[in-house]
Amino acid sequence: MSATPIGWEVVIGLETHTQLSCASKIFSGSPTTFGAAPNTQASVVDLALPGTLPVLNRDAVEKAIMFGLAVGGTIAPYSVFARKNYFYPDLPKGYQISQFEWPVVVGGKVAIVLDGVEKTVQLTRAHLEEDAGKSLHEGLETMGVSGIDLNRAGTPLLEIVTEPDMRSAAEAVAYAKALHGLVTWLGICDGNMQEGSFRCDANVSVRPTGQKEYGTRCEIKNVNSFRFLERAIEYEIRRQIELIEDGGRVVQETRLYDADRDETRSMRSKEDAMDYRYFPDPDLLPLVIDAAWIERVKSAMPELPAVMSKRFISEHHLSSYDAHLLTASKATSTYFINMVATGVSAKTVTKWINGEIANFLNREGIAIDDPQMPSKHLMMRLMASEARGEITFASARNLFRSWCEQLDQQLIKLGEAIGQEIEQSQWQRYLDEKGLRSVSDISTIEKIVDEVLAANPKSVEEFKSGKEKAFQSLVGQVMKASKGKANPAQANEILKKKLST
Amino acid sequence: MSLISDDIHRLAKLARIDITPAETARMLKELNNIFSMVETLQAVDTAGLEPLCHPIAIVQKMQLRLRADVVTEVEHREANMVNAPQQENGLFLVPKVLE
Repeated sequence: MSATPIGWEVVIGLETHTQLSCASKIFSGSPTTFGAAPNTQASVVDLALPGTLPVLNRDAVEKAIMFGLAVGGTIAPYSVFARKNYFYPDLPKGYQISQFEWPVVVGGKVAIVLDGVEKTVQLTRAHLEEDAGKSLHEGLETMGVSGIDLNRAGTPLLEIVTEPDMRSAAEAVAYAKALHGLVTWLGICDGNMQEGSFRCDANVSVRPTGQKEYGTRCEIKNVNSFRFLERAIEYEIRRQIELIEDGGRVVQETRLYDADRDETRSMRSKEDAMDYRYFPDPDLLPLVIDAAWIERVKSAMPELPAVMSKRFISEHHLSSYDAHLLTASKATSTYFINMVATGVSAKTVTKWINGEIANFLNREGIAIDDPQMPSKHLMMRLMASEARGEITFASARNLFRSWCEQLDQQLIKLGEAIGQEIEQSQWQRYLDEKGLRSVSDISTIEKIVDEVLAANPKSVEEFKSGKEKAFQSLVGQVMKASKGKANPAQANEILKKKLST
Repeated sequence: MSLISDDIHRLAKLARIDITPAETARMLKELNNIFSMVETLQAVDTAGLEPLCHPIAIVQKMQLRLRADVVTEVEHREANMVNAPQQENGLFLVPKVLE
């Protein structure tokens, strides 16, 4: 991650298209299933054939209400659909039905935590709209044509727009992740970024530190992962600063992120920028949402992450930082709750989820419910054994890592099975076979300590002359000599005793 | 406010309409007439009034009809594409779209 050069401030706002998890489209009864054969899910309404009219999907509205409530925004009692006019082959009507002056949700905020510091990102609005179709070029180049698949046309979207509140690529990614966590938590969006269910556009500008006015912004499109979002913004920040420092000027334009080259390039500039000529769609009356409807949606909502986080703090005496991480996604919180229900202490489960497991998941870029994760039953046995002191944390960690790399053939035999329950007796046998049981027999540890002291006279000398660091190095040697199996507390104690005599 | 011929060219470009200089002159006149009518309307003080987003709302109180989230459409690709000038593998083919 590169830091912003001194003397510059970065300003970022995000627009996110979240695909609402509805069975049918926003204005027609066509299915929204991903991956169907081209144009098999495009009805006469989606194709804009003459004489057809749109009828709004109630569920899409309820999902928008749910989102508005979750972010503390205002649900507009009266909102209006508008036509956004432009010509493109994947937009058969020649306009997209969206909302302009009167969106369904106004305001709201999303809390993010970055490097342990909490910050709030203000939302401008969230509005309902339909998705466009897809243009395909592959395999058609020689014919000089493009293929149009309108299966996606009319898919329900909620576009969520922030204020220009973010000041670094890392903050923008933290916001995108928090928003992703929230919409999947609410169950209003499946969050699948590969399939385009959650797409971010970033508005990026730079200005000299202290300048009040915003710099000219560019909009980056086509970002379909958090990693790419961060890279695309960082590239764009560098590009804009270099441009200005070289005496140039940023031109307001839309830029496309190319992941292969790790750069953004101009898509269309302001010269031929779109003038969408929005106007209220005469095919649709204003959407009226009364208080009773909002109440009904509210009563069907799941416990929100912020509320659950507070509950974890009071029920399990967790730090607010830990509780925040545990409620970052529905999958993580469910994992935590299920694990604690098996009897492993909340403290141990938290340490694992926010430590080793998080490291693994971040490295792989996957979620906790990914099939690459060792099964819950294995993890339950592992955490329980570690908590009981049957195996040391060091051994448990190594075991976990070997599972993650799927290096452990014995495990595959044991689990035959990953995902199935593992009997306690089976598990105990597994620990014996692997020789992982922690050593807490005093005479065995004493023997190891004696050997380590004999082999490291220099460290002993240093410790006796007052160097505390030498003690840690000796502890490390003892752990290493025991292959990580010595009970660390006992090893410490015995070492201290031997050194002081 | 009145339009100039540059506005007509811009609007024609946005609407993908090719117009001749003679048509431009005629449209300029017609559109400016419409504009002056709009100006008359805009002279009315509407402060404090709720915006009227649909003409039907003056006649009677109506609200948007909604449908349940149920799939009701079955596949009709063949029939739907029967008028497509060019198609292949279920795709509509159009002149190449340049990014």
